[in-house]
Amino acid sequence: MNRSVKIKSMKYEDFNDNEYIEEMLKELRENGTNVIVGCLDDVIEWGRSNSLWPLTFATSCCGIEFMAIGAARYDFARFGFEVARSSPRQADFIMVAGTITHKMAPVLKRLYDQMADPKYVVATGGCAISGGPFKKSYHVVDGVDKIIPVDVYIPGCPPRPEAMLYGLMQLQRKVKAEKFLGGLNKGISEKEYEKLMKADTNKAEDYREYDESGLA
Amino acid sequence: MGNNKDIKEIVSSVCPAAVWSDAGDGMFRIPAVSLRELAETLKNTYGFDFLRCLTGMDWGEDGLGCVYHLENTSTGENVIISAADANRDNPALPTVCDIWKGANFYEREVYDFFGIKFIGHPDLRRLFLRDDWKGHPMRKDYDESLNPLNMENEVSRDDAPSYEMTDDGSYILKRHPLFEEEEYVINIGPQHPATHGVLRFQVSLEGETIKKIDAHCGYIHRGIEKLCETSTYPQTLGFTDRLDYLGAMQNRHALCMCIEKALGLEVSERIRYIRTIMDELQRIDSHLLFISCLCQDMGALTVFFFGFRDREKVLDILEQTTGGRLIQTYNTIGGVQADIHPDFVRKVKDFIVYMRSKLNEYHEIFTGNVIARQRLTGTGVLSREDAISFGATGGTGRASGWACDVRKRHPYAMYGKVDFQEITFTEGDCFARYMVRVKEIEQSLNIIEQLIDNIPEGEYQMKVKPLIKLPVGSWSTAVEGSRGEFGVYLESRGDKYPYRVKFRSTGLPLVACVDTIARNSKIADLIAIGGTLDYVIPDIDR
Repeated sequence: MNRSVKIKSMKYEDFNDNEYIEEMLKELRENGTNVIVGCLDDVIEWGRSNSLWPLTFATSCCGIEFMAIGAARYDFARFGFEVARSSPRQADFIMVAGTITHKMAPVLKRLYDQMADPKYVVATGGCAISGGPFKKSYHVVDGVDKIIPVDVYIPGCPPRPEAMLYGLMQLQRKVKAEKFLGGLNKGISEKEYEKLMKADTNKAEDYREYDESGLA
Repeated sequence: MGNNKDIKEIVSSVCPAAVWSDAGDGMFRIPAVSLRELAETLKNTYGFDFLRCLTGMDWGEDGLGCVYHLENTSTGENVIISAADANRDNPALPTVCDIWKGANFYEREVYDFFGIKFIGHPDLRRLFLRDDWKGHPMRKDYDESLNPLNMENEVSRDDAPSYEMTDDGSYILKRHPLFEEEEYVINIGPQHPATHGVLRFQVSLEGETIKKIDAHCGYIHRGIEKLCETSTYPQTLGFTDRLDYLGAMQNRHALCMCIEKALGLEVSERIRYIRTIMDELQRIDSHLLFISCLCQDMGALTVFFFGFRDREKVLDILEQTTGGRLIQTYNTIGGVQADIHPDFVRKVKDFIVYMRSKLNEYHEIFTGNVIARQRLTGTGVLSREDAISFGATGGTGRASGWACDVRKRHPYAMYGKVDFQEITFTEGDCFARYMVRVKEIEQSLNIIEQLIDNIPEGEYQMKVKPLIKLPVGSWSTAVEGSRGEFGVYLESRGDKYPYRVKFRSTGLPLVACVDTIARNSKIADLIAIGGTLDYVIPDIDR
């Protein structure tokens, strides 16, 4: 089964970091799937990659550029990103646009946890990647990858809208190189994933002891 | 911003122990015991009704204290007073939050950063940092290893501490409940599309009516003021663009002006022209975004697209000269980064013509819209007295009838020489706040039109030493930012690093007055109120 990570209107050679995608495709090929599931997968990933819904999440400057790509001139509706959701439950990816501070970090983690799988994270701008100009500050997280796994990094301060669109196209390619049916490829093995989910469930059961009688 | 002889007499008659120090702008140092008496007299007898800025300070061996910038809004007089407590372990100052309402949030900020206890303050919680934060980060002896990243969810307390003085001179801690047990409290934010960023409101409701709002800031507190203390002067400039990114030009202008003032550097006419035009372009950009966001929050998505369409035109002009779309990093100490692009003048003139015709579109689709009118007219009224007391400057203050435009009060750059009208309304409601901004776009176009043809020849960057050291002293400057008075207070000890830099946030007073504005209005109006106050959260949190 040959998977294609083709993006309409941009040539394969024009993208950077093709080795990364090749590696994902190689892994996909090695694992092997049967013809029917493979074809179905192809269709699902085509649909998924063209209707990625972002969470409306912005903490600072990059958020304004995120709004700009939503407006008519750059128009991310051309790629299927236009359905920005305000609820993490309905979003496919979170664009971390802006600085994440110590006070915001647990909130961001909670938002990420509230999103339904499969979910992606795009670190936008210098602050989300490394802390940016505020790296030395006492209250800034130096990189969101310290708290949540990141799929695509878009450098810039703030990145130009074109750069953001390029980064989002890279995310689309990544989605196209994934397996939807019959297993995971989230960078961890199935066993590890199960273990993680179990730990989460246990945590949820601990909370059940919390007295809710007063909440009604 | 000079202090004339009159004020010196007034201060020394009320407080004979006051010491006038001359370094920089100069200020009065008064003992902490007579602070309250002086503040009350200045406010009640001499009409200093506007607390421009309240700055926390760590003066090392002299103790911890505050600098108060006061202004008399009817005469335009200014006075700067400061008070300190030498006891570093348990510093305390009397509160002034019942004299100027805006001091409430300022004092909470100072408590948060410096640990100064304000005796008599009703709600002395931390403003920006988590409740379980250890130590006070803006103190010079703060140990950064105390607070590693804490991923536990924050627990918010339901009571507020306050300190009161007993007869024997010690303090007792009292706790007041913020919300009663039976109150219905909902959370809005920090992740909410209508808070314009990461601001959090706890709203107590009775049915749909708002009974009380408790604002939580600090979700984007980046510690910029502390970072400035370890940066050289040219390095500090970069942070200002990222404070209020819709007023990047003006913010940077303010800091450059402050450093130039301290250096005694006079910039050329050409630089002042360019800076003024850039400031006004930035203001148009910001006001267009304000209209877009307000309308989007209220469901009028078409206007959002109109606003961004026109905004891109401004950004193109800015980008051609500065190289940046949103964050331009254009002003420098003693000039600007690069000369204007050869096409700049032509493009700006084209834009003026274009923008004037497009303004009608906004009026047709939104201003005259029945739904918009009904949601905006009469909701969220802020009185003139409250606007001054809170220090809510900018469009918010002018919508309440307070002529608070820094461009008129303390003209800088070319503003003293151009003819423009200061837009004021008297209603103080959401609609007035919206109209002020729309009309200000016209005024900004007028200002640019008067300047654009007459940009004189000259240098765009004055000669400045590569290593900038300021003399000992303290200076302050203010500009009219996109959403109010943006001030810079700078204290130098003769080093190449500033000893303390304080930015007067334009948004913090606006958030401070949300509770007053929104009480007894409907929860749906909170969106219109937040939209028309037009705060930018990173500017509040710094």
